[in-house]
Amino acid sequence: MAHDNHAHESHTKKIWIVFGILSIVTIVEVYLGIIKPASLVMNDFLGMNLLNWIFIILTLYKAYKITWAFMHMDGEKASLRWAVVGTTVFLVLYLIFILLVEGNYVYEVFRDSTIKWNF
Amino acid sequence: MGATVTTANTTGNTWGGGNEPMGASYGKMMMWFFIVSDALTFSGFLAAYGFSRFKFIDTWPIADEVFTHFPFLHGVDAPMYYVALMTFILIFSSVTMVLAVDAGHQMKQKKVAFYMLLTIVGGLIFVGSQAWEWKNFIKGEFGAVETKGGSILQFVDKEGKRVKLADFAATLQEDRTQHKASNGIWFESEPALPTYSVAEVQAGFKAHPDLLIRTEAIYRGTDAEKKDAKLHPELNKEKHKTVLTRAESEAMLANGALVVEGANLKHNEYGSKLFADFFFFITGFHGFHVFSGVIINIIIFLNVLLGTYEKRRSYEMVEKVGLYWHFVDLVWVFVFTFFYLV
Repeated sequence: MAHDNHAHESHTKKIWIVFGILSIVTIVEVYLGIIKPASLVMNDFLGMNLLNWIFIILTLYKAYKITWAFMHMDGEKASLRWAVVGTTVFLVLYLIFILLVEGNYVYEVFRDSTIKWNF
Repeated sequence: MGATVTTANTTGNTWGGGNEPMGASYGKMMMWFFIVSDALTFSGFLAAYGFSRFKFIDTWPIADEVFTHFPFLHGVDAPMYYVALMTFILIFSSVTMVLAVDAGHQMKQKKVAFYMLLTIVGGLIFVGSQAWEWKNFIKGEFGAVETKGGSILQFVDKEGKRVKLADFAATLQEDRTQHKASNGIWFESEPALPTYSVAEVQAGFKAHPDLLIRTEAIYRGTDAEKKDAKLHPELNKEKHKTVLTRAESEAMLANGALVVEGANLKHNEYGSKLFADFFFFITGFHGFHVFSGVIINIIIFLNVLLGTYEKRRSYEMVEKVGLYWHFVDLVWVFVFTFFYLV
């Protein structure tokens, strides 16, 4: 608990800076989501279009800012950081990997085999 | 409540109580691990959404065609503005929460109370906004016809713009009233009937030769699609929903089985049924978290007013509820991305 060392210090300025960053990132996301630049939508990287990559990276950046600045993860010990963030990130990646690969497999079955969805 | 507030001078006394593993007090660490488990629950939902979306990747609704409303702007196509506003409200309430925690570190009771109050107001506005979003989603805007096979047919004019059922459906002399429990010989009733019957929509479609049908399928611009005589030669754009030719539209509409207006758990006019199910489930579960967060915030706010934490000489309770509140914001960041943006 880092705040114990400097209990009377105020972090107000830092909080407003983080708020500014989060707002700008959100505005950029919404702007891109509305105009949908063709160069980003039509080009893929690793099976996903560039716009979606940008959205996901910006989201992870926002999540990092919220956790570290607002939830004061930066003041916690490394052991707690790893126990909380490490566990979550590992399990979530694992879950996403399995479900998305399986979802794609089911899609291919619908597309390529005799099962037809639209009639 | 002595056990919930520990001070640093008890470290080293491993067996005497008051030990703090990982340098965090008992309450704070438990809040962190509750958040871990809750985060996994939400990731389960969102990953399941991803699974279903990948499964029906060719027919999944396009979010900015679904969420296009903004308060007081009727009929204006405003994709995403409203949900962006909601995101701001929630981020801002997160800021006031962290300001309350900050004021708590400095033992400023009035400031803590003021910022807690702002946080509560922000949370309530967010829940209210979500209710409004649900209302629009449930009510629907354009209406659609569901085929016997369960796929959704939407209507567009010759420029490819969406057309409401009300703008073209014919009025036929049909006598079909909703069966209510009070009229039957047995206590059975049926769900509310749509405004138009399938026959009325079909008759109206025949009377308006400009209308075309848009299917759920997303047009990819492949060679096979370009050669397909059933697809409209000009209106189709890559990564947009497929528009059929007039002849094919008529043939397709003959399969119509049900008129769908708005959304519920069984049918929705936006496309894949699962889309509405996940929307209700995930945003509903998140809204429930916001709601319970507001309740907890109110309890803590009252405690701040009563001076409970002044007496304890520690505002750690505000910090713990703050962790939960930020987590709710964190989840919304992901819901926003995966429901509205991606």
